[in-house]
Amino acid sequence: MKKRWLRFIVQRLLYMALTLWIIITITFLLMSFLPGTPYNNQDRLTAEQLQMLDQKYGLNQPLFRRYLTYLNNILHGDFGISLQFSDQKVTTLLGSRIGVSMQLGIQAAVFGTVVGVILGTISAMKHNTWIDTFCSLFAILGRSAPNFVVAVLLQFVFAVSLKMLPIGLWEDGFQSTILPTLALSISPMADSARFIRTEMLEVLSSDYIEFARAKGMSEFHLVVFHGLRNAIIPLITILGPITVSLMTGSLVVENIFAVPGIGEQFTKSVLTNDYYTIMAMTILFSALLVVVIFITDILYQIIDPRVRIGGEKA
Amino acid sequence: MRVDPATIPASLFRFRPAQREAEQDAGAASPSFWKDAWLRLCRNRAAVVSMALLLFIIAVAFLAPVLAPYDPNTQNIPRENLPPRIPGIQIPGFNGYSSLAGKSVDRYALAGVPDGVNYFFGTDEFGRDLFSRTLYGTRISLVIAFVAAVLDLTIGVVYGLTSAMKGGRTDNIMQRLLEILSGIPGLVLVVLMLLIFSPGLTSIIFALAISSWIPMARMVRAQTLRIKNMEYVLAARALGTSEVRIALSHVLPNIAGIVVVRTMFSIPAAIFFETFLSFIGVGMKVPNASLGTLLNSGYKVFRIYPYQMWIPAVVLCVIMLVFNLFADGLRDALDPRMKEE
Repeated sequence: MKKRWLRFIVQRLLYMALTLWIIITITFLLMSFLPGTPYNNQDRLTAEQLQMLDQKYGLNQPLFRRYLTYLNNILHGDFGISLQFSDQKVTTLLGSRIGVSMQLGIQAAVFGTVVGVILGTISAMKHNTWIDTFCSLFAILGRSAPNFVVAVLLQFVFAVSLKMLPIGLWEDGFQSTILPTLALSISPMADSARFIRTEMLEVLSSDYIEFARAKGMSEFHLVVFHGLRNAIIPLITILGPITVSLMTGSLVVENIFAVPGIGEQFTKSVLTNDYYTIMAMTILFSALLVVVIFITDILYQIIDPRVRIGGEKA
Repeated sequence: MRVDPATIPASLFRFRPAQREAEQDAGAASPSFWKDAWLRLCRNRAAVVSMALLLFIIAVAFLAPVLAPYDPNTQNIPRENLPPRIPGIQIPGFNGYSSLAGKSVDRYALAGVPDGVNYFFGTDEFGRDLFSRTLYGTRISLVIAFVAAVLDLTIGVVYGLTSAMKGGRTDNIMQRLLEILSGIPGLVLVVLMLLIFSPGLTSIIFALAISSWIPMARMVRAQTLRIKNMEYVLAARALGTSEVRIALSHVLPNIAGIVVVRTMFSIPAAIFFETFLSFIGVGMKVPNASLGTLLNSGYKVFRIYPYQMWIPAVVLCVIMLVFNLFADGLRDALDPRMKEE
């Protein structure tokens, strides 16, 4: 048993490394085909100056050489320097921003999932009543309204019109995090509500629930301690998609609320051709996703022993 | 604890409705799968309404050149930023009035627009008619979504079928490859691709298809594996049917329903991605209108001219909602047993 676990984890780790290596390579190749130069005043530079700059940043070397250097640097934790902010290290730049995004992402994931689970459970309990219809409608609206539209709407209502919360930036502590968190949490909320509703309906119609009900257990106790416990386990399978949607969402939501996080930096870097920062962020996003998939896989193994370790997944 | 059934009061008993068994007359011909699904779809009210709306939106979008009162890209600076005016409607916000220094002012009179000229959705900062731009924008967004969906359907089905039918080593390698590819966040890939190929219709479609075929391939493979070992496939094989033919005429028709449903779900996802990309500024380029570019330029002025943002936003939400509702209905109709994912 132990040996199989070890094999499973080592195999997964190898895949993770392979995935990351492929991503680094693809990103590097794509970046090197990028049109234009990363210098923001390139029109005013002479050919000679451009050449000198290229030399300074090592951009005049052959492609393969640059690739090897880059790989080597990454292995030593060096992601180069940001071309947008002169001579600032990419790691420092992103390091100062990652905490903000993490906080937003975790808050949104937790809030969204908790509310989603509650909504989905109520929906299933009151199956085929107006409450169910209302919750389902809410879930499908949440799935249909793009997060940037929701973000702008929230900003307009709560910040511009009602002036209850800050319109943006990251200066009022927790208050500043409320609106972006809400905007980000819409999609995990809708996803988990729908998911839990389906699972719950299935669980609630099973024999052991019927039996517990026949024994006279209160409906609340029944749903929370017997139903939810079984319905919530499969929720970890949508952990990956939720992470992806949070990453995607952070790009626009952070922009709309001017939150100094990774997402805002990504859009900025993309628009200014900041090669090294874009590459570092691509790797960061991928690494995050790969780690989440890894955790999901492991959790799934622990929870559902029917999934044979390292076995064929149909 | 032992309970004598006779002592339980009758009030504790509830009727449990009898489970209706799927009964079918042995003699009657069973309706074909698609006809059956169609009947089920028609019984679903939300699906029927959304289907009607969907057809309406598609028709309007594709008739844009006929319906649009103005050219979507012609600028008319003197008539910039006019609020919406729809003749006969006196609701504030749709009557051509907007507040100026605290007073409600007829913007059309101010700009010297003759009485008979109306801009249903107002005009933007260059005096372009937003109604026409919304029509054309919807059209572009729908085209992008449809083509991307068809492309990712094709790639996904071919990949999944090949992997499952070949089996063995090929399957193993193809699945490991999928596993690696699925670690790349689609969005990041799309953004990178759009940076390299100049943004436009083709590159957006291509980028979207590339980043979204993986779930389709996985699902097709899983379904094919299930069907591949059925007796009728074995019978076909025993009769000497080639593998390609088995895949195309025995397996594919049996997974078509699920594939159609998945494709229907990938269309709204593609619409979302297109608007998203244009919104952050790497999608469609000006002056072309798509829902995303309209939202992008509307957002820049939304505190002063909110209608420039809300109208495309509402259109986008309605389209997404209708597609999702219809896809939900289609899923229930085509595969009643299929669980929500």
